[in-house]
Amino acid sequence: MIQQPGVLALLAASALVAAFLALAAGFGLRILRRWDLRSGSDLQLALERETYLVSTLVAFALAAEVVSLFLFVFTADGLHGRFAGAMCAAGTLNAAPGGYATLLLKVANCLLAGVWLILNHADTRGYDYPLIRAKYAFLLVLAPLVWVEAFLAFRYFTGLRAEVITSCCGSLFSQGQGGLAGDLAAWPERTAMAVLAAVLGALFVAGGVLLRTGRGGYAFGLLSGLAFLAGTASLVSFVSVYLYELPTHHCPFCCLQAEYGHVGYLLYGTLLGGGIAGLGTGALMPFRRRASLAAALPALQRRLVLAALLAFGLFALVVAYQVATSSLRLGP
Amino acid sequence: MPGTLRRTRSILDFALASLLRRKGRNAALLGVYTLVVFVAASLVFFTQAVKREAHQVLADAPGLVVQRTLAGRQDLVPLAWADWVRGLRGVRSVRPRWWGYYYDGAFGANFTVQASEDAALPAGSARIGAGAARILRVKEGDLITLRGHDNLPLLLTVQGILSSDSELVASDLLLLPREDFQTLFGLPPDQATDLAVDVANPRELPTLAAKIAERYPEARPILHSEILRTYDAIFDWRGGLLVAVLMIAVLCFAIFAWDRAAGLSAEERREIGILKSIGWETSDVLLLKLLEGLAVSLTAFLSGCVLAYGHVFLFSAPLFEGALKGWSVLYPRYRLVPVVDGYQLSLLFLLAVVPYTAATLIPGWRAATVDPDAAMRS
Repeated sequence: MIQQPGVLALLAASALVAAFLALAAGFGLRILRRWDLRSGSDLQLALERETYLVSTLVAFALAAEVVSLFLFVFTADGLHGRFAGAMCAAGTLNAAPGGYATLLLKVANCLLAGVWLILNHADTRGYDYPLIRAKYAFLLVLAPLVWVEAFLAFRYFTGLRAEVITSCCGSLFSQGQGGLAGDLAAWPERTAMAVLAAVLGALFVAGGVLLRTGRGGYAFGLLSGLAFLAGTASLVSFVSVYLYELPTHHCPFCCLQAEYGHVGYLLYGTLLGGGIAGLGTGALMPFRRRASLAAALPALQRRLVLAALLAFGLFALVVAYQVATSSLRLGP
Repeated sequence: MPGTLRRTRSILDFALASLLRRKGRNAALLGVYTLVVFVAASLVFFTQAVKREAHQVLADAPGLVVQRTLAGRQDLVPLAWADWVRGLRGVRSVRPRWWGYYYDGAFGANFTVQASEDAALPAGSARIGAGAARILRVKEGDLITLRGHDNLPLLLTVQGILSSDSELVASDLLLLPREDFQTLFGLPPDQATDLAVDVANPRELPTLAAKIAERYPEARPILHSEILRTYDAIFDWRGGLLVAVLMIAVLCFAIFAWDRAAGLSAEERREIGILKSIGWETSDVLLLKLLEGLAVSLTAFLSGCVLAYGHVFLFSAPLFEGALKGWSVLYPRYRLVPVVDGYQLSLLFLLAVVPYTAATLIPGWRAATVDPDAAMRS
């Protein structure tokens, strides 16, 4: 294992988040089994109090996950000098098994925890805890994912051995390589641009319809998920190329560095925020018929749709600006 | 949304007022917390700055250094090796180097002595680093005496003091003409300390290193990138070791914070009871407790970071340089170039703010869910 302050902090944070979610899942299980709103027993009162603790624990876990997501990429980037052949985070993540899996799981857990908090927020709008079962069932799915992530992070960092020859980002994200990353990079720029534009266009249409008629929430949620994926794929496929002004450089991590004005934070931040708000809109759809939420839910969804459109719109603007102002021009 | 914002603002207002009402109690907590952040931040800033310094110093280092080992120890390199290496394809230049250490018993200091091929440095003269000049109390034109391997004194005129820009590397340096160097240490004329090899294409370095190691099995070729990697590893390792120790301090602090937050005073319990009985919801009280914690956290985080910045970059980290830098009688005097980036700040946030918040979550919830009736009665 590499002893480095960042690694130690990440492992400690992973352990803490995993422990908190274990605690939350324990309470969640108890609530799922014993919850009875009509009862006035001491147990029911205690359970109602515990719901506050659980939502605080998950909110804390999400905040820690977001900070640790960025620290994870930073640390991987900072460690690249330790591995012959690695030139940025891409090489470090490849230097031991579990690097990319940890990163992907971290992103997925951020999205899911965000959606959970949206459900939780909606739940507090109704007087009769309308989402209580759905939300705790969801929590029981989220907790194991966080444990797997903590385990993978531990395995990855303990498996890191300096001096392992790894592929640098230039070869990992270069065309002609197998695997997902290579496939994304080999995606022709025009196709990738067209797909991104089509998905974002459809998302804006669906958002408009939802805002106007209140219908099509599932489609909006689905399209938000797709837009998140298409946005990430387009970062590897063509945004990176225009940003670095180098036709062969497809690395999705270098854009976080100072040389490129830290523009990566804006890109990833808007994608993550838009993804959470959009998926949350879709996740709230099944509960629109609940009597206690009939008044509050449409307004909440409307705000979420606006937030998602704003985030994805900002993402599209930044991407368009980068492509338009880049000195690189790709031939047909 | 403005409604939620207004509510949060009002509760924040109340939280700050209630923190100020219990000034003494909170000042103690804030003081300890700031100290923890300060130590952690100094450590992180210092490690990062020294690593950067090392990278900058080594930027001009040769791509490949060839040493010779004898029975596992470094030994002198025959100059014949230099000629053979020069003949390899891709090699731009090979420079034999002469350097070593000289211990001065009178001052108790170790100097780094290096031979200079500079024609402007005639025999019998030397250029010395600023730290060496300080400890020897000499200036330009003065004479210094070194005791040779044969116990004969070697007299040298100080021709110049090396500029303070290079103090980090050159503080303890004595630059001598090659003949004087060989006389001082009694070195055979056809041997050097090591060889510095420069190549046109750095990608060929590993191949060249392999060729040299094959021709001379006792050779130890060291790549520039290996040196950088090793420095990174050393500083990270030292920093990591201190962070591991510090984590115990953070843990103690978290337990202290937990205890503090859990042991509500009678006055606080009554206050929560009153708030709840006049219509505050559990979530409002919980938010109040979280905002109180956040205010303390962020204040300590910011002031700790600012203090650490001053400590490291204005005063060169007097508290830990001994542990992190290594020790010597001849400390260079230098100021580190400030580097603070997102990595360091997110690291410190995870190290300091997250444990504190985690430790106060459950006590905060306990306080918020207390029964108003029971709370006021107690």
